[in-house]
Amino acid sequence: MTQTATSSPENPEMIAPEITFAELVENFALFDDWEDRYRYLIDLGRKLPLFPDSLKTELNKVRGCMSQVWLVTGHPPGDPSKFAFAADSDAHIVKGLIAVLGVLFSGQTPAAVASIDPEAAFAKLGLDQHLSPTRRNGVVAMVARIKAAAAA
Amino acid sequence: MNALGKAKVFDVDKIRADFPILARQVHGKPLVYLDSAASAQKPQSVIDAISRTYGHEYANVHRGAYYLSEMATRAYEDAREKVRLFINAASPSEVVFTKGATEAINLVAHSFGRAFIKAGDEIVLSAVEHHSNIVPWQLLREATGCVLKIAPMEADGSFNLESFAAIIGPKTKLVAVAHVSNVLGTILPVREIARLAQAVGAKVLLDGCQGIVHQIVDVQDLGCDFYVFSGHKLYGPTGIGILWARAELLNAMPPYQGGGDMIESVSFAKTTWAPAPAKFEAGTPPIVGAIGLGAAIDYLNSIDRVAATAHEEDLLRHAMSSLAQVPGVRLIGTARRKAAVQSFVMEGAHPHDLATVLDRSGVCVRAGHHCAQPLMELLGVSATTRASFAFYNTRAEVDALIAALRKAQEVLL
Ligand SMILES: Cc1ncc(COP(=O)(O)O)c(C=O)c1O
Repeated sequence: MTQTATSSPENPEMIAPEITFAELVENFALFDDWEDRYRYLIDLGRKLPLFPDSLKTELNKVRGCMSQVWLVTGHPPGDPSKFAFAADSDAHIVKGLIAVLGVLFSGQTPAAVASIDPEAAFAKLGLDQHLSPTRRNGVVAMVARIKAAAAA
Repeated sequence: MNALGKAKVFDVDKIRADFPILARQVHGKPLVYLDSAASAQKPQSVIDAISRTYGHEYANVHRGAYYLSEMATRAYEDAREKVRLFINAASPSEVVFTKGATEAINLVAHSFGRAFIKAGDEIVLSAVEHHSNIVPWQLLREATGCVLKIAPMEADGSFNLESFAAIIGPKTKLVAVAHVSNVLGTILPVREIARLAQAVGAKVLLDGCQGIVHQIVDVQDLGCDFYVFSGHKLYGPTGIGILWARAELLNAMPPYQGGGDMIESVSFAKTTWAPAPAKFEAGTPPIVGAIGLGAAIDYLNSIDRVAATAHEEDLLRHAMSSLAQVPGVRLIGTARRKAAVQSFVMEGAHPHDLATVLDRSGVCVRAGHHCAQPLMELLGVSATTRASFAFYNTRAEVDALIAALRKAQEVLL
């Protein structure tokens, strides 16, 4: 099994973003072509904590048509007042989008999660086409799960 | 085979000029539309027929005693006659308008299925079927207790006639298979399938969604009992499809839905049905859809279809050999008899990533399970990328796909 010490089925390692959303916007602004933007996005996805295979269950699966996405929600280690999540996809670009959602939502207070407008955020990054409900890549469904879990 | 058709040069530039959308750009790049198997683009003549109908000739059909309704009714029934000629059905009353292939299959499952299929009877499907030709039969299984059997597929995607012959028998009441696979492009040996099925007394339904697009179809020659397809894949509008069935079958089948237009007389004690096809067209039908489909058929009749098919075959061969040269690409579906549809996977790149990145180069391909999850499972992949070709595509577009794939590799790997 490929599992790190910190990531186990009972206790998967939650996404703990290293940069703020403002920094992410700045980094995206550095690229003037889509190739580099996608490369950077894919790199962000590669840096996500390992998601245990044993959590890739039907229950954790998020509805998306073209790629598979799994998501579990919880809290940052030792901070039950805040929201966090872990997620994975078999598609690189979707994994990059998960990392962006991580920067937006993981480690935030439930109130902050509720108030964040992911559509506006994705637009700032020039990624808004990925957050359209017609792109059945699972991002919209992930946001719905994240918002519901943080509000619960 | 057809020396005349072969000799003529297929003028693809002239054809492309008939499809206005092909001139547009996406993301600042010329559109390279390689997803016609999902839905085809429309020629101007179809767009004009739709707008002319709404603009000048529109009213409800089969109802009004006034000029406009009569005109609309005539145009609607003319479209039925165009379909009849296009598939060489014996009579226009064998042609039922539905909202698509999916509804046509559900109609047969519901009406024919519930009337003639009992517990223990067998329905045989193939391994390559679209969900539209699986789920209606599963619903029928739940309702009746019938049994579904699956005819296997070879590794290259071809249909195995011997295994098929071995699994059919006296209990087989229906064989429902694709004419052409939407994922693999395989052209199924449908004449032989129909012959074998009829020898055991089974009826045959062909899902012609992809077949009618790439083949010249003569339902009487195919020897099937039902043939279904969708207008939108045949260069016509969405919301219109065809169920063709032999007259004696349609006459024996009970109605599928009840409503206006499908009755002879209604009283609270007893209602009698109108004869087919009206029996199966309850409510206001997709009038403009049918007229648009008629215009699409007119368009197809105006071009050299033999040359168009030869052109599509050339595109497929060019795509297969070019794709095979891209490092890490594996072709999925290499049967000898194939229509212009090619699935593939690329090592290290998820189909979803590929389609997303190809889009930036203006290239539209489909990624996913193509509504054929059981087939994906058999192939041992969760998804494929699929390029599908129509006669309006060009060799240069195949080259654009290959260039975009190589660029995608740079970005993704
Ligand atoms: C082989 C096949 N069968 C059935 C369908 C369903 O057609 P529709 O969605 O138009 O009813 C399709 C379309 O994707 C298809 O390719």
